[in-house]
Amino acid sequence: MSYLSLDEPGKQLLLMGNEAIARGALEAGVKVCAAYPGTPSSEIIASLAEVARDMDLYVEWSVNEKVALEVAASGAFSGLRAICAMKQNGLNVASDFLLNLNLIGVQGGLVLVTCDDPSSHSSTNEEDSRAFAKLADLPLLEPATFHEAKQMATWAFTISEEIGTVCMVRGVTRISHARGNVTLGNLPRKEVRPYFDTSRQRITFPVTQKHALLHENLRRLEGIFDTCPFNSYHGPEHPELLIITCGSSWLYTQEAVELMGAEGFVGILKIGTTWPLPTQTMVEHLATTDKVLIVEEVDPFLEGNVKEIAADFASQIGPKEFFGKRSQHIPCSGEMNTDRITHALSRILDLTYEPRDPGYEARARAAEAMVPARVLGFCPGCPHRASYWSINSALQVDGREGFITGDIGCYHLARTSAGWNLLKTSGAMGTGTGLASGFGKLERYGFSQPPIAVCGDSTFFHAAMPALVNAIYSKSNLIMVILDNSATAMTGFQPHPGVGTNAMGQEVTPIDIEGVCRAFGAKVEVTDPFELEATKLKLLRMLDDPEGVKVLIMRRKCALLRQKEEEPPYRVSVDPEKCIGEQCGCNRFCTRCFKCPGLIWDKKSARAKIDEVVCVGCGVCADICPEGAIVREEMGGA
Amino acid sequence: MKAEKESYNLIIAGVGGQGNVLASQLIGQVFIRKGYFVTIGETYGASQRGGAVMSHIRISKARQLSPLIPKGKADVLMALEPVEAIRVLIPYGSPHVVALVNTRPLYPVDVTAGEATYPEMEEIKRTLEGLTSRVYFIDATERAVHMGLPVLGNMIMVGALLQLKLLPLDSEEFREALSKEFDTKRLHMNIKALEQGANAFR
Repeated sequence: MSYLSLDEPGKQLLLMGNEAIARGALEAGVKVCAAYPGTPSSEIIASLAEVARDMDLYVEWSVNEKVALEVAASGAFSGLRAICAMKQNGLNVASDFLLNLNLIGVQGGLVLVTCDDPSSHSSTNEEDSRAFAKLADLPLLEPATFHEAKQMATWAFTISEEIGTVCMVRGVTRISHARGNVTLGNLPRKEVRPYFDTSRQRITFPVTQKHALLHENLRRLEGIFDTCPFNSYHGPEHPELLIITCGSSWLYTQEAVELMGAEGFVGILKIGTTWPLPTQTMVEHLATTDKVLIVEEVDPFLEGNVKEIAADFASQIGPKEFFGKRSQHIPCSGEMNTDRITHALSRILDLTYEPRDPGYEARARAAEAMVPARVLGFCPGCPHRASYWSINSALQVDGREGFITGDIGCYHLARTSAGWNLLKTSGAMGTGTGLASGFGKLERYGFSQPPIAVCGDSTFFHAAMPALVNAIYSKSNLIMVILDNSATAMTGFQPHPGVGTNAMGQEVTPIDIEGVCRAFGAKVEVTDPFELEATKLKLLRMLDDPEGVKVLIMRRKCALLRQKEEEPPYRVSVDPEKCIGEQCGCNRFCTRCFKCPGLIWDKKSARAKIDEVVCVGCGVCADICPEGAIVREEMGGA
Repeated sequence: MKAEKESYNLIIAGVGGQGNVLASQLIGQVFIRKGYFVTIGETYGASQRGGAVMSHIRISKARQLSPLIPKGKADVLMALEPVEAIRVLIPYGSPHVVALVNTRPLYPVDVTAGEATYPEMEEIKRTLEGLTSRVYFIDATERAVHMGLPVLGNMIMVGALLQLKLLPLDSEEFREALSKEFDTKRLHMNIKALEQGANAFR
């Protein structure tokens, strides 16, 4: 039921920002689409994959973001329009190529979409990827609404072709993952003939000339952006305060000004083209006021660039008082919202704004204490809970204070109490194995704590393979646990090279992780994490092995995927006669230690209980109950 | 029904896996068809399940609103889980907010583990009464389990929301929108769930 390829110009749809970007690319006639999944960017390429056949696209889930950008560039080198999407961390991976591709240039339009995650809802950082646009001397567009996301995605291809290099578009969680009105435009269905012109070389040389060209582009773009409809002003001719804002911050800013009743004396300049800035527009508006507030998400990117222009034109526009992140009126971290802006406006304009009466405020504050935190954790039936349970048991038996070096994926949730805070390090994709490779070499200084690196199946292909090669080559001593749940589960179950399908829906021969690790020279074993005892024993044998790189593949399909495909294997219940409640283990062992949300505590009877609404019938808890009180009955044949 | 109001702010709160996102999308689509600007901002953590999930559904005749409701500006709250109702009202509630709350608790793992406490239902009800102008309670999960499909709790809640006329939307319009989204079998189950929710307040 994909409406992305609806050919009904003028129709209004409720679309996610990412879907709007995908539609914008379709309306621009995109042909090559590549990405590695990463929240909040994944739906751009996922929704293009859904219409790949219908719209004659080539879509792929690449092995990592750098390869994705290379694949997209091959299309653009051949005269096709191409899109590449990634999350902010992904751009770090792709940046090695990007900082060359900017110089190399393209034939067909190439749009690079990065989706940042202010407040790190689903990320390990809240990096502001806009810095890369300035670093690479490339244009950057920031949509403020869903419809604008679509419009900008289309226009970005025109800009890219105009300057002959990449155009960047920045989404944020509250645009990419939010939904709103989008009006459909025309959908071209043109036949294309890709051709790589062998009379020229697609390389960065001559570097200095090409670099000079990028700066010439930027000057040209300033003029183009001065007249583009994505930059607009609303407010009085001479505002007491001028707010300059971009992206979703524009929506919050409008509401904040309205809530404060400040429309009569505060003006809002919305900037959609945040690099390079439209200089003339900026100068004209700066000249109308003495006070300027800059509102944007994450780093003071717009703020710094506006100030540069103000400094350059100081003799013409006079001195300004600037408010924003540097003045600490707008926070430098965390996502934007309307309340942050009303707060800033209250301080700058000396206005009072109380959203609620003090009585209600006090009642609300008093209620805070009664709301228990909902710590993120593993789903009921998740293989990772069982995997970590066994790793923890093995490390405790081993007794040398071994520890887990983590990686990026659902299994990163072992950082929380739901995963017993077992994850002791994390960083980039593949970092777990890279760090373990280093820890495993510290023995010469008397370091005896065994490192266990964990990594997911998709992460293995993305970045852990080079780290594994490094560990083997450098004769490190470590255990690498590959938590193979047969999907890129965290970002929405996209396929990867190990699962047997690709983004085009083709069947492919899965790349055998076990075989790859063996070929590298690791000692490899495979286990089903639901077999708790067997898994622990395998780990203990590996911990006892004094040298080399040991790989244990813990293989079991993601519980959410299984639920889509099959019925629950067991009906699980607690026998209240056998359950000894508070007397069990370290006091109610199963609920206190195993922490599956399907296993709850019945206060009245002081016994464990299965929550039938939550339990998915994996049956693992039956194996951890010391009293044999948790009963699993097979569902088959029922 | 407050038909003259320019804009409405609805929050759907719950726990991952309760069908929060689907319910907010369906409601949003009906309002788009009715010619409104709709903005839906969803807040969910990194996990697919277990975390608190909150959707802000903002409906306006005038323009595209921001994806987050300002402090104290929720008009209607539909909570699929009781303490989630309180969690959301703390920042977004006000003396005029109306709430519809499912009475079935889903215990956070820290509560199950004995490291945190979950308030008693009486205390929850008292607190919610102090934080709303009106609050309605419904045993949506029990009704859904009774129907044999616990996942339909969200639709039962929507049925109740429509019956209580908390949004400028009648149930016919909603059903019509559903019929465009679901195949016959799913449609039938969902309409039964809507009925079940409406019956709770007939």
